[in-house]
Amino acid sequence: MTAVILGVVVGAFAPVITWIERKQSAVMQDRIGANRADIGGITILGLLHPLADVIKLLSKEDVVPTGANRVLHLIAPVIAAVPAIIAYGVIPFGSTYVFGGETISLVVANPDWGFLYIFVIGSIATYGTVIAGWASNNNWSLLGSLRASAQMISYEVTMGLSVVGCFLVYETLKLTDMATAQDTTFRVFGFVEVLFGGELPWWVSQFAVLPQWGIFLQPLGFLMFLTCIMAENKRPPFDLPESESELVAGYFTEYSGMRFGLFFMSEFIEVVVIAGLITTVFLGGWAVPFLSQEWIVDRVGNGFGAFAGFGDGFANGFCMLVHFATFLVKVVAVIWLQMALRWTLPRFRYDQVMDLCWKVMLPLSLVNIFVTAALVLLLGE
Amino acid sequence: MVPIEHVIALSAALFTIGVGGVLIRRNLIVILMSIELMLNAVNVALIGFNRMWPGIEGAPRMDGQVFVLMVITVAACEVAVGLGILISMFRNRDSVNIDEVNLLKW
Amino acid sequence: MEISAVLFYVFAGLAVISALAMVLNVRNTVAAAMSLVVTMVSIGGIFVLLDAYLVAALQIMVYGGAIVVLFLFVVMLLNLRTDDFPPVGLRLAKLGGGLLVVVVVSAIPRLLGGVFPEIPAAPTGYGGYRALGIALYTDYVLLVEMVSLLLLAAIVGALILAKRKID
Repeated sequence: MTAVILGVVVGAFAPVITWIERKQSAVMQDRIGANRADIGGITILGLLHPLADVIKLLSKEDVVPTGANRVLHLIAPVIAAVPAIIAYGVIPFGSTYVFGGETISLVVANPDWGFLYIFVIGSIATYGTVIAGWASNNNWSLLGSLRASAQMISYEVTMGLSVVGCFLVYETLKLTDMATAQDTTFRVFGFVEVLFGGELPWWVSQFAVLPQWGIFLQPLGFLMFLTCIMAENKRPPFDLPESESELVAGYFTEYSGMRFGLFFMSEFIEVVVIAGLITTVFLGGWAVPFLSQEWIVDRVGNGFGAFAGFGDGFANGFCMLVHFATFLVKVVAVIWLQMALRWTLPRFRYDQVMDLCWKVMLPLSLVNIFVTAALVLLLGE
Repeated sequence: MVPIEHVIALSAALFTIGVGGVLIRRNLIVILMSIELMLNAVNVALIGFNRMWPGIEGAPRMDGQVFVLMVITVAACEVAVGLGILISMFRNRDSVNIDEVNLLKW
Repeated sequence: MEISAVLFYVFAGLAVISALAMVLNVRNTVAAAMSLVVTMVSIGGIFVLLDAYLVAALQIMVYGGAIVVLFLFVVMLLNLRTDDFPPVGLRLAKLGGGLLVVVVVSAIPRLLGGVFPEIPAAPTGYGGYRALGIALYTDYVLLVEMVSLLLLAAIVGALILAKRKID
């Protein structure tokens, strides 16, 4: 049942992202953007453009270059697209709700090693890039794909290391537990109590609280993870492999029609996967800030002062909708952030990309792990 | 779950395929890949045996899995160095056929 | 038969078939490397069936996601083709050898049946990252340090071997 919902959500998101990209870039660049696709003269702000895109891609001729391996040319887009889609399986859209004797948890699969699944999927996704360049029988596609896959496997390492700090803080690899752990608040100056003894004055404890989100507990980890996973997805500013204004299209030059459509779609689906991951680990997932799940269920169920309560079942359902809406709002915010980064920053050169990974990200992530481990040992929270 | 003899049979089958690859093929890349296959077969056997004796409740014994982690790491090192040797060989004589590397043969 | 047994046979068959495809593939090295990836992933699946979750994830990540990509890099950069043929002759010996291997491997379950007890139930936390981490850093910490030195030596060695000239 959750798998069906998941399929619908994934299917609905990908074309919307292309629309968001066009419209956001237009707004940022002070122009109107694409708005001419219409049905019978009705253009809805250009929302029909994704539909027009799909029709165009499906109706193009399927060209395989001569001398290329037909089988590899066929499966390369599939290998690129499938990991992007199945990565949704472990991202929680909401927590577990009990109503009417039934327990629903809004996540497809919840293995004990949840986050490692994302790394495994990322490792398999490099093959789409590697095979795509080789199967095109084109020297420059080959060089582009080799550079792209070298970039992807370099950033996989630092991507893994930058979230180890989060694992240390939340003490779990399961994404659902991470989201649940971010449901509470913590006192910002609580460490003063531990380090210096004594108690903080009540007004500091009452008001200097923040939701226990990953971005507040691990700010460096958030920045590094955002950078590394955008580089892994070959998203601008790291998109030298694609270079839409320099090389023709880099490693997928020789792909046309729906094969290109699959590469294109897989990149945008990964944008949503990245947004989902970042919200779950760093931005609190489905948790409403300052309103924990028990508080919402309690208040809606048992009344709020003068208002009568609605009962437990309705309270849980209402809470589920609120959490799902919060998750969507946060995902859209992170998608907006990625689009804004894309249209603001210039492209990195390839040696700058590699330098950034091995000379900056790797030492920084190791320092992050050390500092986090020391703080966890010291503060014990 | 299948009885453990089937896991051992799978490990033996993969190992012999790897040995066959090393003995029959003349291309250094395929020989290196067959060596990886042999190491994987050993990993399967180690994990299977670790599952047979997993320790008691509250004290799981993970020795086989630690060995497998070390085997994976050593295999990664060996592949890196082996491919370095292959690149040097290719640069010097422009082929990776190991039949041609016979200068020390008497 | 329960689902895990069926899955085991599926993964085992896939592993053996793709291993054969890799070893016997004469024309296309890249296809051989992709068959190796399929073998690695199916062996990872078998590890999951045997309750070794962390090792399965590491197997797919390290073996399937890095080592074989390294092979593919070298194949693509040097444009290696496998235009070789096994030495002609000795066909009967090869056929006989193959048959002997098949007979021996399929006799293993029958010969070893009854030697090993049933697979016991695994304790909680078996195969998880917590138990493996505890084992690595308490019982086998020296091994971890030695392996890290080995990795450093391998990195330096590979760099030097692949350089064009030592300056």
